[in-house]
Amino acid sequence: MRIYFLKHIFMTVMVLLVVIIILALLVHIVPGDPARVFLGQRATPELIARFRSSMDLDQPAHIQIARFLWRTLHGDLGVDLWTGRPLTDTIGDVLPHTIILAFTSLFLAVLVGIPLGVFSASHPDSWADRLTAIISISFITIPSYVGGLIMLLVFAVQLNMLPAMGVGEISNPIDYARHLVMPSVALAIPWMGYLARLVRTSLLEVFNADYIRAARAAGLQEHLILYKYALKNALIPTMAVLGVGIGNLMGGAVFVEVIFNRPGMGTLIFNAIQLRNYPLVRAGVLIIALLFILANLLTDLIYTYLDPRIQIERK
Amino acid sequence: METHFTRRSRVHNILNRIPVLGDVLKRPLGALGFAIVLGFGLIVVFAPSIAPHDSETLDIPHMLEGPSSTYILGTDHLGRDILSRLIYGSRIALGTSLSAVSIALSLGLILGLISGYLGGNADNIILVILDSIQAFPAVILALAVLALLGPSLLNVILVIGLTWTPGYARVTRAQVLSVKENVYIEAERSLGASRKRILLIHILPNILAPLVILLAMDLPVVITFEAGLSFLGLGVPPPTPSWGSILSEGFRFIRNSPWPITWAGLTLMLTTLGFTLFGETLRDVLDPRFSGLWRA
Repeated sequence: MRIYFLKHIFMTVMVLLVVIIILALLVHIVPGDPARVFLGQRATPELIARFRSSMDLDQPAHIQIARFLWRTLHGDLGVDLWTGRPLTDTIGDVLPHTIILAFTSLFLAVLVGIPLGVFSASHPDSWADRLTAIISISFITIPSYVGGLIMLLVFAVQLNMLPAMGVGEISNPIDYARHLVMPSVALAIPWMGYLARLVRTSLLEVFNADYIRAARAAGLQEHLILYKYALKNALIPTMAVLGVGIGNLMGGAVFVEVIFNRPGMGTLIFNAIQLRNYPLVRAGVLIIALLFILANLLTDLIYTYLDPRIQIERK
Repeated sequence: METHFTRRSRVHNILNRIPVLGDVLKRPLGALGFAIVLGFGLIVVFAPSIAPHDSETLDIPHMLEGPSSTYILGTDHLGRDILSRLIYGSRIALGTSLSAVSIALSLGLILGLISGYLGGNADNIILVILDSIQAFPAVILALAVLALLGPSLLNVILVIGLTWTPGYARVTRAQVLSVKENVYIEAERSLGASRKRILLIHILPNILAPLVILLAMDLPVVITFEAGLSFLGLGVPPPTPSWGSILSEGFRFIRNSPWPITWAGLTLMLTTLGFTLFGETLRDVLDPRFSGLWRA
């Protein structure tokens, strides 16, 4: 087990390195001088010089990578092209909002998705099962930006029930929560459907296992079999998906953050693109990728711990 | 088997070649999905004859109007006919997603075949590259690259193609790993067949089914992904009518008219629903391991 863990962590470190190399060199996919092309009409000689020095564009590629890696390891993401403010501060200001949004969405998805899946699997092939199937598939096909726009239209523009913009005051939890409702629901809807399908599939698989048949043959009560034996095992694959889910939700947050004008990593990157502030784009992308990789590593390790068969299967 | 097939009548022969479709249509939700996909396909092909108006003709006096007899679904902020824009937008949706998925499939096939069949260092290097691409949430990777390249149809296709490559490479690799252990591959190798021959003639045809399933399941995801990028202004640039840009323009005028968002949102949801139902049913039919799990 320990060897498996070490191997896994080693692979993750390799991936982190490659991710940093990709991000250090990504700017060169632009034909021509990246500083000039990216700054566009805003390019003044002074700004071009600042752009080039902040990204070490005057240095050879390996130095660019080495410096980017060195600074990242020291928690230095550079300074803002326009204001000179450290990017770590800019990111630190908005990151909590995105993390809260992503976790709230994940919580909502679990809250709705898992019971739906359990209900569906415990009534297989009934009309209720089919209805749940249709509902969950429809949920999967509602992209967060469509759900967000329609909610914005109905609950903010037409009914004026919920605030349309911003995150509200953190010091006022009720206000903050009211601002969180629409974005988190919009982000959670596809995941509700997805989790419902996933839980149903894995529960049905577990129901066929010998130990469940044995429990049935022994005359255990259905709900005891379901909640005490089947569900525990059926939720293991769901756990693995949730790890990937939290990362994806942080990335996908960009849509609802833009729609509801919430400060967050998504709007940060989105606005930085509009303002042609590439160092900020790069720093934001790096942070999201780091969190994503970390979440994946953690779930993988927990997953392997919960279900030791995995390490054998993956060899 | 060959002679058995050739002796049958021509019609019969065609039906036998697509038994999968018949099985999909036997299931109500599969049939519904197929009907939506078919309708979507017809709209894509016959867009110029179906669309009641030109998709780019302005009618400023009638801007942001609700449904009327002239403009069945209403007009956008420049007085353009929403219905016609949605109809032409279907071409962008299908065109970009099909091209992007084809790029992902071809690149993924090549990488997957190499890493699965050769193994060793080539395999390790390819795996780390795939892991690194997947270390970014798809939207974020696309944003980072499109921010540099600028929005254009070709760039969007390339970026989506690249982002989706690891999925195909992984499935290909896993399939190659399991197929290459078969006795007939070993027999072929001991008879002196070249690597190329083994890969192309013996392995490739045997690994296609899961890739077809993946392709069918990915299409709706890619359609919404492209629309999302266009919504953020990083997809297909205006005035080309794409569903994402209709949504994004509707968002700007959300307080003036609910119609662009409503219709574009519904179109997008209905299309992805059709493709998803079709894809899921296709997976059930092609992959017996899943049969019975999705019998609605």
